[in-house]
Amino acid sequence: MPTTITPEAVERTVYEALPQFGVEETDITRESTFEELDVDSLDLAELSQIIEDEYGVALKGDDVGRIKTVGDAIDLVVSRGA
Amino acid sequence: MRREVVVTGVGAVSPLGNGARTLYERWRAAQSGIQDGVGACSEFDPTDFLSVKEARRSDRFTQLAVVASDEALRDAGWDGELPYDSGRIGCVIGTGIGGIGTLESNHIQLREKGPKAVSPLAIPLLMGNAGSAAVSMRHGLRGQSFSTLSACAASAHAIGTAARMIQAGDADAVVTGGSEAALTPLATAAFGALDALSDLGISRPFDAERDGFVMGEGAAVLVLEDGARARERGATILARIAGYGASSDAYHLTAPEKDGGGAIEAMRAALADAGVDAGDIAYVNAHGTSTPLNDRAETTAIKKVIGSDVPVSSLKSAIGHLLGAAGAVEAVATILAMRDRVAPPTLNYEHPDEGLDLDYVPNEARTLDVNGGPVVALSNAFGFGGHNAVLCLEVA
Repeated sequence: MPTTITPEAVERTVYEALPQFGVEETDITRESTFEELDVDSLDLAELSQIIEDEYGVALKGDDVGRIKTVGDAIDLVVSRGA
Repeated sequence: MRREVVVTGVGAVSPLGNGARTLYERWRAAQSGIQDGVGACSEFDPTDFLSVKEARRSDRFTQLAVVASDEALRDAGWDGELPYDSGRIGCVIGTGIGGIGTLESNHIQLREKGPKAVSPLAIPLLMGNAGSAAVSMRHGLRGQSFSTLSACAASAHAIGTAARMIQAGDADAVVTGGSEAALTPLATAAFGALDALSDLGISRPFDAERDGFVMGEGAAVLVLEDGARARERGATILARIAGYGASSDAYHLTAPEKDGGGAIEAMRAALADAGVDAGDIAYVNAHGTSTPLNDRAETTAIKKVIGSDVPVSSLKSAIGHLLGAAGAVEAVATILAMRDRVAPPTLNYEHPDEGLDLDYVPNEARTLDVNGGPVVALSNAFGFGGHNAVLCLEVA
């Protein structure tokens, strides 16, 4: 069963996933852009997979183009679960 | 006149440790990097050299290649700044299998959790050209880059092809070599199924009791440059790629020709390309796998092309068979040995085999007697599929 989507849960998932890609935990805020964090398309593909595995929500190609910040990613997942 | 191709830097990660000089010095001292029947790079920890992101973006075979390339570029005096237009520097890194560890772990995910659990990084990590891609990106090399894939001849083909690129004027320098990291359950089981591996886990090339090869992993990278340009920039010239010869057995998927036919042609081609005679060869770095068939066929080939007096030894006796990385690792060790005028030993050699009667430099390194002149040596690499690649190396 997928985990229930709440803003807090999704934020926790994203914040825990990014350091696996080499991002410093202390650099992560809702406002930080993926570009600043050196998170590229391959990292976002992995992040999408982690989110889909956890919440059953898929982020596809077009979505990835739209999300610029950590907050964008969290909000998009939360909106999909609404 | 053909452009001269010189070696200005070398790097290696091997079962004998990190670093090209470590590899050569430990081999010369007859130390073995084989433990429990495997030649693993046990001193190698990728996080010592690579960031979390770099390590995550690369299979182990790529990590080994990148670290060997860092050393080779430093050795060439390239650190910080490329000496030529980046578009004139190529990159050719060979491998036998590529990222098989990545393939296996993702296949487990596929079987256990389904297709959605397969990593988006699977293909970019397992592809055979990942090593050359990573080395080219790491150092900003924008000339042509690709990988050679010819089993255990792959990195000798890489070096030969790189030399040709310089000779043809397509590049002024090429970062080249090979890498392999196939100490995985599938690769080990598969070579075992072929009955290619030593049951006892002992690598003893040319010995009567040899019973197969020992698997190893590692990488080596060489910086090749146009000789005139290298001299112009004041580079230290470690060696010259004097000649290159390659051929195919067109005979069998795994077995060498019994009379060494394809190997003979490749060795002769390397001599002709270098413009040297058999009598000029002071040392042969054999492919010497420790399999019954290879060592016999290779002995026949060496006798026919060079004769019976030349010292012949096999690095595989000390580190096992590094598959696609073997040709490059062996070329690097050979160059450093020639600079010291040393023929390094064939370890574990105890029982002469009938008909295998060359001078295998058993168990102890020996000084090469070259009367103060340059040393010319051959380094052989032969692969499943009947691929043969031979380098003729000269050290002033």
